[in-house]
Amino acid sequence: MAYSGNFVYLCLIAGFYPNVMKTIVELNALLRKEMMLEWRRQSALGGVVLYLFSMVFLAYLAFDGRINTETWNALFWLILLFSAMNAIMKAFIQESERRHIFYYVMVSPATFINAKIIYNTGLLIGLAIAGFLVFTAFLGNPVQSFFLFFINLIAGMVGFSSILCLVSAIASRARNNFTLMAVLGFPLILPLLLVLIRVSGQTIYGTTFSAVAPGLITTLLLTAIAITLSNVLFPYIWKD
Amino acid sequence: MKTQDFRKNWWKIAGIMLLVWVIAGGLLFDVPQLPVLHETIRNIYFHVGMWFGMIFILFVGLVFSIRHLLRNDPSDDLKAYAAVQVGLFFGALGLLTGMVWAKFTWGSFWVNDPKLNGAVVGILTYLAYLVLRGSVDDREKKARLAAVYNVFAFVLFFIFIMIIPRLATASIHPGLDGNPALSTGDLAPEMRKVFFPAIAGWFIIAWWLYTILYRTMRIHWKIEELTENS
Repeated sequence: MAYSGNFVYLCLIAGFYPNVMKTIVELNALLRKEMMLEWRRQSALGGVVLYLFSMVFLAYLAFDGRINTETWNALFWLILLFSAMNAIMKAFIQESERRHIFYYVMVSPATFINAKIIYNTGLLIGLAIAGFLVFTAFLGNPVQSFFLFFINLIAGMVGFSSILCLVSAIASRARNNFTLMAVLGFPLILPLLLVLIRVSGQTIYGTTFSAVAPGLITTLLLTAIAITLSNVLFPYIWKD
Repeated sequence: MKTQDFRKNWWKIAGIMLLVWVIAGGLLFDVPQLPVLHETIRNIYFHVGMWFGMIFILFVGLVFSIRHLLRNDPSDDLKAYAAVQVGLFFGALGLLTGMVWAKFTWGSFWVNDPKLNGAVVGILTYLAYLVLRGSVDDREKKARLAAVYNVFAFVLFFIFIMIIPRLATASIHPGLDGNPALSTGDLAPEMRKVFFPAIAGWFIIAWWLYTILYRTMRIHWKIEELTENS
């Protein structure tokens, strides 16, 4: 009987533990690689930030600086959605086909897509905070339950990145990328966007956690399903 | 007709008979007189039946997409493609019958309602599937990308139509608390004898259309292959 205990222990060490370690090491390396690429190609990130800024400024001019709360909310999320699409579109397109072959021998596909999702989540959260600041500067800040608004914002960015990463991977495999990204991405992101706008609208007028909990749970559920599906489906499209 | 032909095709005849029964019975039989609805309640045999048919055939498409990913058989992808096209056709019919009904019941062809918007999102999702297929040339790559997108889209879309209506504070569309398709259990007894055959009939027609479409597409495919090789 003592032997079987040892056997289980051995299995744990030989099978499970190194895999976890391997995944962590790979994730770490991939995230570092993403950051390094971003740093070397600052113009790409600069382009996305400038896009966001221009859109907000355009909205400011178009609405003549006067804007009611519902419009603020809808506009904020729409601009964030377009910026997020732009940001995530370059996640797969900026890397050449040949480099993907290199990744293919180095890491597992699930780790690769997870690294993309994690990195882009960070990027989108940064973008969302920047967007919020620019919005506040130009169009004012009507938000009353700031903490809940912020939680919803972060949950939304996690959801955006988990849905759009796989779409970006699909679009990068086909030609005419941006149109395809928009066409494929909008219907899939729309449900999430509706929930986010609803919750965000509640938090702007001031609300409690229990009132927005169903919306937040829906966001998390959609995110979890999108991440699971990405992990399952990505291995099929990354081989060329 | 030969016996073996009949043995092979009896379900098509059954489908036609069922729909003849549905059209005749649906338009002639007595229906409960309800306020607002009146005679427009008959639309349930067509609108709901077509929507069921769409969901059924899209599910068939999902199954073939998954099978394509597992077995990498190009004909599975072609089957999924045919199923999605039939699903879109039924979705368009469901939308049209719903709009005509809405005009006479609610007074306008379109109202801003979570269930109606969900339907449009579904149609858009599958139109995007067609665009995706159109923008990839390599056949094998096209099949794989389309299958992956189909699985991703189907799951997200169905989460959407199951959850969002429950979250919404109010919906004008019949079918309380969420999915309208599942709340038909409280249908009046005299309507059931038309409603259940209607669902079976639309399922059979959807499947029939799908088999015809698949076979024609397969012939086109063979012709393409032959002309490419010669």
